Amino acid sequence: MSHKQVSSPPGESAVDWCLYQLNGAAEFEVSDADIISTVEFNHTGELLATGDKGGRVVIFQREPESKNEPYNQGEYNVYSTFQSHEPEFDYLKSLEIEEKINKIKWLPQQNAAHSLLSTNDKTIKLWKITERDKRPEGYNLKDEEGKLKDLSTVTSLQVPVLKPMDLMVEVTPRRIFANGHTYHVNSISVNSDCETYMSADDLRINLWHLAITDRSFNIVDIKPANMEDLTEVITASEFHPHHCNLFVYSSSKGSLRLCDMRASALCDKHSKLYEEPEDPSNRSFFSEIISSVSDVKFSHSGRYMLTRDYLTVKVWDLNMETKPVETYQVHDYLRSKLCSLYENDCIFDKFECAWNGSDSVIMTGAYNNFFRMFDRNTKRDVTLEASRESSKPRAILKPRRVCVGGKRRKDDISVDSLDFTKKILHTAWHPTENIIAIAATNNLYIFQDKVNSEMH
Amino acid sequence: MLRGRRRMESTLDAQSLISISLRKIHSSRTQRGGIKLHKNLLVSYVLRNARQLYLSERYAELYRRQQQHYPDGAPLLAMPACPPPPAPPELPVLPLPADTQDREVRSCAAVRGGAELLEGPVCAAPPELQRAPCRDSSPGFYRAAGSAGPGGGGGGGSSAAPGLLYAAGCDFGTGGVPHCSSRTTVLDLDTHVVTTVENGYLHQDCCSQCPCCCQPVAGLASPPPAPGTKRKYYPGQEEEEEGVEEGEPGGGGVAGGPPFAPCTKRARFEEYSAEHPQDSSNISNLISIFGSGFTGLVSRQQADSEQPLNGQLCGKQALASLGAWTRAIVAF
Repeated sequence: MSHKQVSSPPGESAVDWCLYQLNGAAEFEVSDADIISTVEFNHTGELLATGDKGGRVVIFQREPESKNEPYNQGEYNVYSTFQSHEPEFDYLKSLEIEEKINKIKWLPQQNAAHSLLSTNDKTIKLWKITERDKRPEGYNLKDEEGKLKDLSTVTSLQVPVLKPMDLMVEVTPRRIFANGHTYHVNSISVNSDCETYMSADDLRINLWHLAITDRSFNIVDIKPANMEDLTEVITASEFHPHHCNLFVYSSSKGSLRLCDMRASALCDKHSKLYEEPEDPSNRSFFSEIISSVSDVKFSHSGRYMLTRDYLTVKVWDLNMETKPVETYQVHDYLRSKLCSLYENDCIFDKFECAWNGSDSVIMTGAYNNFFRMFDRNTKRDVTLEASRESSKPRAILKPRRVCVGGKRRKDDISVDSLDFTKKILHTAWHPTENIIAIAATNNLYIFQDKVNSEMH
Repeated sequence: MLRGRRRMESTLDAQSLISISLRKIHSSRTQRGGIKLHKNLLVSYVLRNARQLYLSERYAELYRRQQQHYPDGAPLLAMPACPPPPAPPELPVLPLPADTQDREVRSCAAVRGGAELLEGPVCAAPPELQRAPCRDSSPGFYRAAGSAGPGGGGGGGSSAAPGLLYAAGCDFGTGGVPHCSSRTTVLDLDTHVVTTVENGYLHQDCCSQCPCCCQPVAGLASPPPAPGTKRKYYPGQEEEEEGVEEGEPGGGGVAGGPPFAPCTKRARFEEYSAEHPQDSSNISNLISIFGSGFTGLVSRQQADSEQPLNGQLCGKQALASLGAWTRAIVAF
């Protein structure tokens, strides 16, 4: 077997990534509830939200630039932590409903407050995050502690004055969208109209109005009349970033369906079906599993879609349904190991994918705390590692290499020594800058472009 | 032969994959958060692929052996019109629970051109092999878990030829008309109870239709039990059903139903059938266990030695060997 080069060294135009900060306890202290289950930047990149298996949401805020503390700039500090979902029990079905946060999506900011949607398997919640940094002082009728004053002591009138106070971040649940889903919710997506959003479970997609919680419209239903005829489920869905009538959903069979809500109320019939025929020479017991799409993301331009299946990421042009325009191998060396990955359940891992702000680079996670980036223009790719040991703050990340046999270079990792318990499923890219957030089990790594961070 | 060994290895791989898959499905029922539909669907695909490979290997081997046994005459076992597919074919739908025999027929169907598996004729049936419709055409479980004897696959017509191959346990009696020609033994992973079912019915149901049963022959075209016939069903299982899908499972589902038709054959059935012959609820339980997309039942040939198996040597061998390794799965 020849040595297979799976990454290339970064060129001059490539980005040098360095660890900016690391949040999370050391590995031996991890409890299941701390495992990060979703990561999402807001539309400006000022806020970064993470959800975990314990139903909590942690919001980080980027410190604004300041001349006084130059070394703090660009740092994401904890802004707010709250318990979004609690474990529930469905008595009718005798099922426990996990509190794990499956997805968080930010709403575009329309006033001083920030809003986000968070969802577990069954219930979506709209949270409003507000700041309070002033408080009124000098009431006439009550004293500083709020107790009513004895009226005889009031001799003059004063106008209460707003005085600064320590910043307090308040998070309140504004809407709870419950009972919309029989199956497990896998994605939510806010429409570009900023009024509606959709939620997708295994078999159905519902359209909600952000202000109305007691009703939702079912826009896709792929449940067969006879459940025994079921052949595929919905795995992910997203609204088009600009066209409020278009959305896409992916299936476990590896296909994408673009639907137009203008065409009919129930969008069971797709407008476009994106599907690549399977390569018969790759046929195996696990073909269906590895072709299942785990994530779909529109590019910022709205022209392309990015999909992730078990071994590849693919870029699809909305205008071409027959095949993707680009296919990148994430970890093809696992193709011969599918049987053991099936046994240990790793083959069911759902990796996410992300575009950078200019849609020129795509990123996705892998095993051994590796994550991969593919530059669509230069066709170069790089494998980086998110680990405490190999990341000194501000030191540039060294590209990693997985060798599949043959000549092994220093620092290469062989396929058999990959740690499959360390997986990077959730990644997010800042909307405009070269800042990435990588969730590795319970740790949140934030990497920045060296150039970027030096400017601060 | 190296080819033989490789074949053996892939058969063993298929076997271990089947047992691993069943184990996953079983353990998914106790996982927190309820049954994950997506994962179970994918596992059922692996299960189907492994079974197809296993059966196609088995089938080819049996055919070869049969050629050795009957080099001259017309074999009792006819090769189906279509060879076992080289790769698991793309099936338009996930097949319903079926016995092992049925799987092969269905593979044929798909290769034939993606005809809807459970309807319509598939491989051409030799004219001399007539079928006793010892089964109904109702949707759901009963349609699928049907005999491969009188008919294979789906509701319409299916090849009887491959069906005959696997009609072990079939009592040809005098007229050569298969009676309740295939038997499925079903393991309930909940209670570890094994139920033997004929043609997807409990024997009691089937008997009422079959010519060689106590009841007078109503003609080969006698109608099967009403498709909507529901069976008794333990309340405790309802939750599992609900957990997997809304409402009842499709087709020949489950609920309280009419009492089973008495039959003198019943005594004989009970003699060698498993502990709870009336536990039809276990079948529906298995459907719910495996969730949607369940593609096959674990079969274990029950006391096939007690059945007259005239000319069914190969079939018996096939099923007997299945029994050996499926016992390992029973342990789960």
